[in-house]
Amino acid sequence: MEYKPIKKVISGNYAAAYAARDARVEVVAAYPITPQTSIIEKISEFLANGEVENLQYVPVESEHSAMAACIGASAAGARAFTATSAQGLALMHEMLHWASGARLPVVMVNVNRAMAPPWSVWDDQTDSLAQRDTGWMQFYAENNQEVYDGVIMAFKVAETVNLPAMIVESAFILSHTYDIVEMIPQELVDEFLPPRKPLYTLTDFDNPIAVGALGTPADYYEFRYKIEKSMEEAREVIHKVGKEFGERFGRDYSQMIELYRTEDADFVFMGLGSLMGTVKQAVDVLRSEGYKVGAAKVRWFRPFPKEELYELAKNVEGIAVLDRNFSFGQEGILFNEAKGVLYNTDAHPLIKNYIVGLGGRDFTVSDVKKIAENMKGIIEAKKLDREVEWYHLKR
Amino acid sequence: MEIPENVKKRLSLPFEENFYAGHTACQGCGAALGLRYVLKAYGKKAIFTIPACCSTIIAGPWPYSAFNAPLFHTAFETTGAVISGIEAALKAKGYKVKGEDGIMVIGWAGDGGTADIGLQALSGFLERGHDGLYIMYDNEAYMNTGIQRSSSTPYGAWTTNTPGGKKHFLERRHKKKVIDIVIAHKIPYAATASVAFPEDFMKKLKKAQKIPGPSFIQLFAPCPTGWRSPTDKSIEIARLAVQTAYFPLFEYENGKYKINMPSTKKEPKPIEEFLKLQGRFKYMSKDDIEVLQKWVLHEWEELKKKAEVFG
Repeated sequence: MEYKPIKKVISGNYAAAYAARDARVEVVAAYPITPQTSIIEKISEFLANGEVENLQYVPVESEHSAMAACIGASAAGARAFTATSAQGLALMHEMLHWASGARLPVVMVNVNRAMAPPWSVWDDQTDSLAQRDTGWMQFYAENNQEVYDGVIMAFKVAETVNLPAMIVESAFILSHTYDIVEMIPQELVDEFLPPRKPLYTLTDFDNPIAVGALGTPADYYEFRYKIEKSMEEAREVIHKVGKEFGERFGRDYSQMIELYRTEDADFVFMGLGSLMGTVKQAVDVLRSEGYKVGAAKVRWFRPFPKEELYELAKNVEGIAVLDRNFSFGQEGILFNEAKGVLYNTDAHPLIKNYIVGLGGRDFTVSDVKKIAENMKGIIEAKKLDREVEWYHLKR
Repeated sequence: MEIPENVKKRLSLPFEENFYAGHTACQGCGAALGLRYVLKAYGKKAIFTIPACCSTIIAGPWPYSAFNAPLFHTAFETTGAVISGIEAALKAKGYKVKGEDGIMVIGWAGDGGTADIGLQALSGFLERGHDGLYIMYDNEAYMNTGIQRSSSTPYGAWTTNTPGGKKHFLERRHKKKVIDIVIAHKIPYAATASVAFPEDFMKKLKKAQKIPGPSFIQLFAPCPTGWRSPTDKSIEIARLAVQTAYFPLFEYENGKYKINMPSTKKEPKPIEEFLKLQGRFKYMSKDDIEVLQKWVLHEWEELKKKAEVFG
């Protein structure tokens, strides 16, 4: 069948819902939370209109139970999906470990939202990045199209390596903003993403298994190592799946870091998610003004793209890491990771952390330009003015 | 020795064993007995979900399992949610759930995991009407962590965090009536059962299989380790719990109450007979016993009234 995309103007949340539908999810267990809610509303609509077959929707009584129900469903062999944000994700934390520990390829969309207090419903990446050690893969979408593509690819990657995956999009900037999304006809999604073949299932009564039983110090260690092996394997799987996606549907995701105009760049901006759309636009403006700059959008935060970062860092004089998140007592989380990766290499560009946009504070092209000026000065001076800058701080 | 088929058929419980020797329960453990009966009732065609509790350990460490049925270990508070998810998956995949030949989706959790930390997930499971069975095995404290009080611990009981002592620091709250909370969800079938009455328990397990929708059984399961009682007295203690009306056996089926035991026609035995076999009640004064006795009889009267009015 020839690929003819179905174009629709939809929100990021609807893109997530359509992707879940097209991935033929079998169980959705979810709990409402702003700004995620319209994902599950849309999925409920599919059910109400008879647009989905064999889908069981479980309107659970909390996010903790949403993840627990997805875990049960996935252990019983189903393709399970959920979505949440901020407080909901934090409540799920315990079960995030459970999903990866039980080797279940649950896929979840997290709409980045700032953690309270103070109450906030706006964009901030700390909620998802705080889950970095749970054994979940994390993909950050720049736009609505990447939300749709990401969910479909995530199932394929997750079901190959038997680890859960989180697709992350920005509160309101993507979740509630309408944009053109090219959706893939069902038959072609089915070809790309065949039905799940589970690692194990609870329905094999002739060979009954116990999952998650006590692991003594003599065994626990190896279980952890196996998760890490799968995470490492995921790099290659991500590359292959992203490449196949590109060959079939024209959008290549083979690289874990997307590079934008970095070829001859003196320095680059690095960051996650929708933020990088703004940065790319700013790069065009800066280039027209004579700056040799580029953008490096980190698509997959887990597994972390170590190799790609090294390759990039080798060839630039500076990296401005833009973190819409913060780890108290330390620094921006992506910055922290990037520095760690480069320490044991021979690539040591000047690397500075800019804390931007927390709690949905606007971050615009003119902000990127100001940061570019600052970075230019740093590179000329060949040293940092400071390591971490709270960029927007009111004086 | 080979048992003839005609003899097997005359047994009051299924002959088949699906809960194997080699499990790691303490001697005289009520929970282990309960598991044995449940696995007899449903054979291999049951999917078990067990949260943090004694049964996590009883089932055996990796790579062993004492269950001849699939078993999913989960976090403490999630039993109700996990079985909801399993049931949803089975339905999405077109399996028959519950009923004759259907797969039984079973949550097996202790009193702490049910009445305390798991209450919310249990409520969700019940309220949403999933086709599953939730069994709370009630040993009246957090036994796996080393005997701490739960909301299901009775008045006057010693536990490691209500230790008696010189200041007489004992459990001062009456046992939470979880079954009443369950019934408030107006589910089709809820019952209490006891390891001292396996035929009655078996009958209830069969009913729970037949009746669609969520079922709940609260199983009285003595714990010699935590109750400071002789390991050969578990059945006697469980029987006395029923005979004193401390833990009456009854069913709530489609809105109707039915008392199975003890007899409603005569006075229950005094609570002291139940208490005296257990070291956990040794700190109770005469007044304490009186408080508990009054409560037991009051609750018993209330249950009898319910059975009279909604029988």
